[in-house]
Amino acid sequence: MPKPLIALLAAVLVAFGVSYFSDHIDPYYLDVITGVGINIILAVSLNLVNGYTGQFSLGHAGFMSVGAYLSAAITMLAGPRILGDSGGTAVQQGLLFLGALLVGGLGAALAGVAVGIPSLRLKGDYLALVTLGFGEIIRVIFQNVDALGGALGLNGIPNYTTVFWVYSFAALTVFTVVCLVRSTYGRGFVATRDDEVASEAVGLNTTRYKIVAFVVGAFFAGVAGGLYGHFKLTITPTGFDFTKSIEIVVMVILGGMGNTPGVILAAILLTVLPEVLRAVDEYRMVLYSLLLIVLMLVRPKGLFNFDYSAIASRLRRKFWPAGS
Amino acid sequence: MTEFLQQLLNGLSLGAIYALIALGYTMVYGVLRFINFAHSDVFMVGAFIGYFVGGLLPHGTFWGGLAALAAAMAGCAVLGIVIERLVYRPLRGGPTLNVLITAIGMSLFLEYSGQLVFGATPRAFPAIFPAKVISLHGLIISMNQVTVIVVAAVLMVGLQFAVHGTKIGTAMRAVALNPKAAQLVGINIDVVISFTFGLGSALAGAGGVLYALNYPSIDPLMGVVPGLKAFVAAVLGGVGNIPGAALGALILGMVETFVDGSRWSTYKDAIAFAILIGILLFRPAGLLGRYRAEKV
Repeated sequence: MPKPLIALLAAVLVAFGVSYFSDHIDPYYLDVITGVGINIILAVSLNLVNGYTGQFSLGHAGFMSVGAYLSAAITMLAGPRILGDSGGTAVQQGLLFLGALLVGGLGAALAGVAVGIPSLRLKGDYLALVTLGFGEIIRVIFQNVDALGGALGLNGIPNYTTVFWVYSFAALTVFTVVCLVRSTYGRGFVATRDDEVASEAVGLNTTRYKIVAFVVGAFFAGVAGGLYGHFKLTITPTGFDFTKSIEIVVMVILGGMGNTPGVILAAILLTVLPEVLRAVDEYRMVLYSLLLIVLMLVRPKGLFNFDYSAIASRLRRKFWPAGS
Repeated sequence: MTEFLQQLLNGLSLGAIYALIALGYTMVYGVLRFINFAHSDVFMVGAFIGYFVGGLLPHGTFWGGLAALAAAMAGCAVLGIVIERLVYRPLRGGPTLNVLITAIGMSLFLEYSGQLVFGATPRAFPAIFPAKVISLHGLIISMNQVTVIVVAAVLMVGLQFAVHGTKIGTAMRAVALNPKAAQLVGINIDVVISFTFGLGSALAGAGGVLYALNYPSIDPLMGVVPGLKAFVAAVLGGVGNIPGAALGALILGMVETFVDGSRWSTYKDAIAFAILIGILLFRPAGLLGRYRAEKV
C-alpha cells in the first residue's frame, strides 16, 4: 500500500481511538481539540488555493457557511423523517451525518464553481476582493432566508460532531491536498503560482487548475462548516463573515504558503493561543494582532516554514553517519 | 418627486463620506499597490478624536465643530504616518501578501486596542455643529448633511490642489507612475509615502467625524463596514485614480440609499459587493481607470 494511504488509515484509527475514550477527556480539552481539527481542515484546504496555486481567496468562510447550513438543514429537517421517532441507532445517525457532511461539501463545491469560473480570471488583490464580496453576499442571502432562521441563524442542530469525524476528515483533507499536489497533474498548481505566463506558454490550462483548486478547497470548507455547525449546535450568518475568512488566511500565511505541515502547526497554534491567552482576556485580541504584525516583520515567510527535508537529512547524518 | 430629491440628498451625503475614506485607500494603493486595511480603523480613531475634542469645545458652533474636525484630521495624519513608518516601511518590497496580512493585523490591533481603551459599548456622538433642520417644500435638509457635503467638497478641492498644484503632489504622482524612475530623478520616496499616508489618513479622520455627525453613535468597530464599502467605491472608480474614487463613492452612496428606501432594503449590504463583482468582471480597471498591459 502507498505510504500516504497508510498514514491516512492510521490517522483515522487514532481518531477513532481518541473518540472512543472521549468520555474520559475533560470536555473543555475536547472542545479545543475539536476546534483545532476543524481549523486544520479549513487551513489546509485554503492552502491548496492560496498557498499552492497562489490565488488569494478571502471567501473561505462563505463556502464554510454553505456547508454548515446545508448539512444542518439535512440533519434537522430530513433527519427525524429518516431516523424515525426512536432517533435511530448510532450507526444510522453516523451515516446520516456523513451524508449531510458530503452534501454540504458538494453544495459548497458547487458554490465554488459558480464563484470561481467568473472571478478566477482576476488576479491578486482584485481576486481577494471579489472572493470577499462573494462571501459577504452569501452571508447576506442567508440573513434573508427565513426558512434558515434569517439573521438569528439555526438553533438546535443535533450534536453529531465527534473527534472521530473531525480528525478523519482532517486526515482526508491533508491526504487529498498532499496527494493532489504531488501528483503529475498537481505540479500544475505550483506552476500556475510560480509563473502563470510561463505555464500557459508550455500548454497548461491555468484557469482550469485555479478552478480545480478552488472547488476542492470549497468542498472541504463546506465539510468543515458542517462539522462546525454540529459542534457549536447553533449557526448564525454573522459567524461566517470575513473576519472568519481572515482568520483562516492568517493560519495559511503564518504556516508558510504552500507548506502543509507548517499550516497544520499554525492552525493548532492559532486555535490554542486564544485559549491560553484567556487568562488575560482583555488583552487577548490585542496581543493576537500584535503577534501577527511582529511575526510578519520578523519571519515574513511564515512561522513554520522550515526546509523539512534538510532537517530530516541533517538528523539522519547525525544519527546514522554515512559509512557506519 | 420630493422623496426622490430627499433620497438624492441622503445619498449625496453618504457618498461624500465614502469619498473621503475612499480617497485614502486609492492614494495609498496608487503609490504602494496594496490595500491598507487599517485605513477603516484610522477613520474610527478620527471619530473618537472628534468625540473627545468636541466634548471640550462649546457644542453647536461652527468654530467648535471645525476645530474638532481639524483635530481629528491632524491626529489621524500623525497616526497614519506612524503606522506607515513602524509597520509598513520595514516590509516595503516584500511579498504583497505579507503586507496585506500586516495591514489586517494593524487593523485588528487598532480595533481591539480601541475596545480596550474606549470600551466596546457605543457612545452617543455630541452635536458639535449647529443642528438645524431646514424644511423646503417638504424636503428636509439637516444642517449636518449640508456640513458633510460642504466639508467633503472643500477637502476634495483642496486635495485636487495638493496633488496637482504642489511640488510634493507632483512627486506623489511620479511615484505612483513609476517608483524606480521617481527615485532616479531625485525624489525622496520615503517622504512622499509618508505624505501620502498623512494626507489619506487626515481625510479618513474628517470622514470619521462627519460620519459620526450623521449616524451619531460611535464604537471601535464602526469603521469596518464603511471602510469596506469605501474600498469598493475606490475600485468602482478605478483604484489609484483620485477623481475615480470620488465618483465611485458618490455612485455607491446613491445606489445604497435608494436600495435602502426600496423593498429590497435588507439586501443593502450586499449591493456594494454585487456592484464590485460586476465592475471587476466587466471593467476591471474601474470606471475611470486605464488598463495596463502586463509585461512578460
